[in-house]
Amino acid sequence: MISCKPITQKLTLTFISLIIFSGSKIFSQDGKALFISKCQQCHNVFKEMTGPALGGIESRGPWGDRKELYAWIHNPQGYMEKDPYTQALKAQYNGQVMQAFPSLKNEEIDAIVKYINDTYAAGENAGKSGPGGDKQAEKASSDQNAVIFGVISIILAVIALILMQVNSNLKKMSDDAEGIQRPEPVPFYRNKVYIAMFALIFFVIGGFYLTKGAIGLQRQTNYQPEQPIFYSHKVHAGINQISCLYCHGNAWESKHAAIPSVNVCMNCHKTITEYTGTDKLINGDGEEVDGTAEIRKLYDYAGFDPKNANAWDASKAKPVEWVKIHSLPDHVYFNHSQHVRAGNVQCQTCHGEIQEMDEVKQFSELSMGWCINCHRETKVDFNYKDDKGNKFYSIYEKFHNDIKSGKMDSVTVKDIGGIECQKCHY
Amino acid sequence: MSQKKYWQSFGEVNDPENFQKKSQDEFREELPFEDIDGKGLLDAKAPRRDFLKYLGFSTAAAAMAASCKTPVRKAIPFANKPENIIPGEAKYYATTYVQDGDVVPVLAKVRDGRPIKLEGNNLSLYTNGGTTARAQASVLDLYDTNRNRFPSRKVGNKIEESTYEFLDKTISAAIAAQTGKQIVFLSSTIVSPSTRDIIAKFPNLRHVQYDAVSYSGMLLANEASGFGRKLPSYNFEAAKVIVSLGADFLGTWLSPLEYANGYTKGRKINEKNPEMSKHYQFECHLSNTGANADERFTHRPSEAGAVALALLGALDGTVTAPALADAKLKAGIAKAAADLKANSGRALVVSGSNDINVQTVVNAINNAIGANGTTIDWTRPVNYRQGIDKDVHDLVSQMESGAIGALLIYGANPAYDYHDAEKFKRALTRVPVTVSFTERWDETTELCGYNLPTHHYLESWGDAEPKTGITSFIQPTIYPLFKTRPYQTSLLKWSGTGTDYEASFKAFWSTKLGSEDAFNKALQDGIIMESVGTGGSYTSGAVTTAATAIGTQKKVGKHEVVFYETVAIGGGAGATNPWLQELPDAITKATWDNYAMISMAKADELGVNYKKMEYEYYPQKPVFEFAIGNKKVELPVLVIPGMNKDTIAIAVGYGRGEKLGKTAAGVGQNVFPFTTFNGNTVDYYATDVTITDMHRKHKIAQTQIHNSYEGRVEVVRETTLATFKKNPNLILDYRNKLVENYAKSTGDFRKEATLYPDHVQPGIKWGMSVDMNACYGCGACVVACHAENNVPVVGKSEVLRYHDMHWLRIDRYFVSDEHNADDLKGVVFQPMMCQHCDNAPCENVCPVAATNHSSEGINQMAYNRCIGTRYCANNCPFKVRRFNWSDYTGADSFPDNQDQQLVGKLDPVVFQMNDELTRMVLNPDVTVRSRGVMEKCTFCVQRTQAAKLDAKKENRILADGDAKTACQQACAGDAIVFGNAHDQNSQLSQIRANNPQRSFYVLEQLHVLPNVTYLAKVRNTDEIIEDKHHATKKEEHEAATGEPEKH
Repeated sequence: MISCKPITQKLTLTFISLIIFSGSKIFSQDGKALFISKCQQCHNVFKEMTGPALGGIESRGPWGDRKELYAWIHNPQGYMEKDPYTQALKAQYNGQVMQAFPSLKNEEIDAIVKYINDTYAAGENAGKSGPGGDKQAEKASSDQNAVIFGVISIILAVIALILMQVNSNLKKMSDDAEGIQRPEPVPFYRNKVYIAMFALIFFVIGGFYLTKGAIGLQRQTNYQPEQPIFYSHKVHAGINQISCLYCHGNAWESKHAAIPSVNVCMNCHKTITEYTGTDKLINGDGEEVDGTAEIRKLYDYAGFDPKNANAWDASKAKPVEWVKIHSLPDHVYFNHSQHVRAGNVQCQTCHGEIQEMDEVKQFSELSMGWCINCHRETKVDFNYKDDKGNKFYSIYEKFHNDIKSGKMDSVTVKDIGGIECQKCHY
Repeated sequence: MSQKKYWQSFGEVNDPENFQKKSQDEFREELPFEDIDGKGLLDAKAPRRDFLKYLGFSTAAAAMAASCKTPVRKAIPFANKPENIIPGEAKYYATTYVQDGDVVPVLAKVRDGRPIKLEGNNLSLYTNGGTTARAQASVLDLYDTNRNRFPSRKVGNKIEESTYEFLDKTISAAIAAQTGKQIVFLSSTIVSPSTRDIIAKFPNLRHVQYDAVSYSGMLLANEASGFGRKLPSYNFEAAKVIVSLGADFLGTWLSPLEYANGYTKGRKINEKNPEMSKHYQFECHLSNTGANADERFTHRPSEAGAVALALLGALDGTVTAPALADAKLKAGIAKAAADLKANSGRALVVSGSNDINVQTVVNAINNAIGANGTTIDWTRPVNYRQGIDKDVHDLVSQMESGAIGALLIYGANPAYDYHDAEKFKRALTRVPVTVSFTERWDETTELCGYNLPTHHYLESWGDAEPKTGITSFIQPTIYPLFKTRPYQTSLLKWSGTGTDYEASFKAFWSTKLGSEDAFNKALQDGIIMESVGTGGSYTSGAVTTAATAIGTQKKVGKHEVVFYETVAIGGGAGATNPWLQELPDAITKATWDNYAMISMAKADELGVNYKKMEYEYYPQKPVFEFAIGNKKVELPVLVIPGMNKDTIAIAVGYGRGEKLGKTAAGVGQNVFPFTTFNGNTVDYYATDVTITDMHRKHKIAQTQIHNSYEGRVEVVRETTLATFKKNPNLILDYRNKLVENYAKSTGDFRKEATLYPDHVQPGIKWGMSVDMNACYGCGACVVACHAENNVPVVGKSEVLRYHDMHWLRIDRYFVSDEHNADDLKGVVFQPMMCQHCDNAPCENVCPVAATNHSSEGINQMAYNRCIGTRYCANNCPFKVRRFNWSDYTGADSFPDNQDQQLVGKLDPVVFQMNDELTRMVLNPDVTVRSRGVMEKCTFCVQRTQAAKLDAKKENRILADGDAKTACQQACAGDAIVFGNAHDQNSQLSQIRANNPQRSFYVLEQLHVLPNVTYLAKVRNTDEIIEDKHHATKKEEHEAATGEPEKH
């Protein structure tokens, strides 16, 4: 079952991008990306989170003047000293002050504001587009095709069989008519040719499924276990647009993506004590789940009492025993940071439309063929058109020359050794 | 003119034809095949039907196992993640390996909360980032299943678990009750300044330092010579001429790591102006250091004083030495003296003797050659090995007389290593309160009333001041695994101070360094250096007395025995460590045993037939009884060339107690009881030994002839400095001849001389260079490789069956006169690992392509693809592939795979290494291989991959030195250099470019295109070696045919 459609590019275009390049020009979609990576951990366009809702921001406080906004974002602490509006905000949000973003350029802030305004004006949550549907439809249609082809083949085979029988009967009748003596024909179920043919077909088909089954052992595509807390990625990453790396920041640094510890959950859930979303939470069995009750389960693990929030002691928390979904064999070395940070691969490429999943299931089969296929097809940004590529690859002189001379049009992961054994097995 | 021969075993020298024939057998032991002649197959023990039954069963079992349900796995994150921990990423903490006074500043690699590997600390200038085999192995001690896990006390004969609160109360009271009696703290040398402070503040505590192998002769001699009771620092790098009188300074003497580092600086050669230091060695047996000497002379242990005195006499003529019989030795002394004189101020003499008189003479010699202040630094005296034998001797007498009320013991183990251990044991029963702080149930702890096990150093806070002004810090890298407590805390508590050691240590250093910030910085760097004072000046007063004493010393015996330390085990501290036990000795290549090394002449005398091929081919060695007075020990003998004719050498540190665990128990014999006290110091030799043949055999697991080069000789290249100067292009000529013969049209040996297409590396091409001039055979790299790559321990029984798993081995070649194997000219050590051939013979014989070539020039091995045909190992000309004959690591999914019924059960130590606790030492980035799989050196691919990833993350080109292999990191002599051969500025490329005359590939004529270059060994002698007759003829033959010459 080695099938890898070039979904990578499609997904790249349609879904949330994690890695942001700050190029010389800023486009409006960069505003969205910037918003996702910098702002949405604490802000939403429409509603209040850790920080205020950002929709209509220019009509509030001093933010009509863009320069004020730049100053605030670059250095909130400094700005606040002489600004009563932000001082009031601080009081409103339990004394928490916004994080400083000194490296955010003015154009980038413009792009973010433009995105906020556009989204606010459109009056809908960003990122809720439906290209995932396309893909599903595509997959469904390919499944349907397989069924149709199978049925047609069987019908044709039966027709062929009947025709052969008819043919032999006709022949017998004509022989009888002409008075030619022939031995009594063997019925087809005792015909050795037929038996041999069926045996052969049985072995081929049986062998195919046996082999397929054996290869598929221990593979768990669509594995969707029940988790100790019904945590909805759809609510967090989809509707509320929290960046994947806010919780799984380890994926940026290390081989493990790592499940966030309880104190990371509590960063937000200290204030978000109940589920007020309009989307229903549906578990794998199609039943509705009470989001607020699930948040309370988190509080049990954290040892947090919402009525007495200030008394919470993070060191008393108990870890949540999640059920591991994505498992690789011990002899495989996989590094998240290699893919996410060095390779600029989107989370969704391997984990599917995680932001649409209430309950996470394994999207990819995580087989070697699946890995290899992607390594064959994925292109490495080789620094040949602009300066965005990784400087690490500048030592590949031969490839750079070949690209210049037109011998190669692009370098794939395979070309730099991506399908060699000891890239993953050591 | 002389001719020479390189050889690894006597069979190779004396019986080359038989050696060739036999070494072609893959299995040297009797194979368990049933004799089927006449009886028919069905009568055999394992007939065909049984075979089919097993086959059917195993297929069904495999199918069952495979169809099992996938287990539900849990992923449990931190409850409250510490800010600076990234799961899956290693952190490095500076700490310090301290064992019995050995001090090595290291960085501990901590992965997900557990230390798994130690690297040398590059900020430490005096070790220059090097490590020793024992320091490398010490991480395994942390996870030793035989560590004491809780405080205990003896009630009657039973050991009862106790609590620290209770013991603090009980012991404090017991100590307080000892009125009128002394309280003694007996320890190995304490190098920790903060601990010395605690001991000094303990009221009425007498501190006695005791070292298993003592240097008190030197300490007292230095005192008599006006330098104070101190050991100096030696600057081997400043010495042009080095004379060692039995000091194994590259192996075990004082601070071998530091000395190897300095020594290397004088031994590396600049080809344009080939100069190197000259090293003379006078010794009794073939030591690690002697093996690396340029000129080597042997004498009996009892002649050590005479040799030193003769050298002094030859230098200044003021003293006359007792006559020496050996003419060669006398000539050697004269030559060394002349060289020393000529290099006054750039010369150094060191002595391994523990005799005050000998060391006094050596001080006089060093004074005569102007070594003080140049090659000997008295301003930075060292703080290790400070034990005075007489202090301990007096203490034991006082214990016996009942004057000692309480004895607190840390790090010392006199019940095992004291010269009169029986007396110590008797005396110990006369001490009312005996407390041991030792981590394990060693021989002394067994006898003590209380045991309060201290932390392993990787769990501790602490400091070590190896030399005055240089302090290396210890910080914990893991939460204590067991209910242990630092012994300093106990001392603090019992002295009435309420604090524990951590607080006291922090306060001590914060005050000393002025601020907490300075302290934190020091902890982070791991090392601080402070300026130093001045040393003493030399007085010659004691020389005359010493000379007289040497003249009248004890008589010479027929056979004499010298007791030495091995690099791995030392005084016995390494005996509990499986990695160290399995590390082959540099000279004998023996593992898991001690034995008596005897000379070839002595073997003839004792009737040991070592000349036949069979002597080394089979592991059984004859056992002799060695008796000194009424003490006896039975040991197998190993015949070693280049030994003093009448000297027998036996290693100390073996024969440990049963309670120390499966690794140490039953391995070798303890010979500490044979050492003697001469009234001032302990003598590590005996002169009147009688030898009796026991007419039985004992198996010794040696690795030296496990791998055969099938008679090919171009494996090692070695020459003398004089020959190299005269004819610098010998090696280059050979390589040019290959081009002439095989690449006539293009001159490109690489491309033209093969049918196979060339491998292309578009980006990085990894390569390695090994300088054989800087390899002294210490084995730190072998142990580092063990730790880094999860190389399994196989135990003695499996080493005996040639199943050792070392990915990196150090081949030892004796260089001797062609006609006289005993005329040893030198020893060559050659680290041998996978050569990562670009035209690898292993790759094209693998039927499943489990081994193939990467685009970075690495010969890669996919374990999960391997089906275990072993074709690759058989086709490897370097014999570096290792096959997992058994499930040594417990990695298989089948539960009882380690239970071998038919042949060869595994040693208990293999199972000990499989313990859940011990397995914590495994490197999670490296696959743990299972049974039936081939494995070998990967060029530490996990490190190259990590380095590349770091460079990509930081958006930069890979820098030279980003990726270091474990062996390279561990090496004290920087013999191994690894890097990108495509980077013209890398250290590797520079070495290759600057050393064309010494560079060679092993077996280059086979056109396997290795990626490891070696630099030929050069010995600094005047001898001109003309080996046209032997080697070159053979080489020409091979160069012409590519085939080894048939005899």
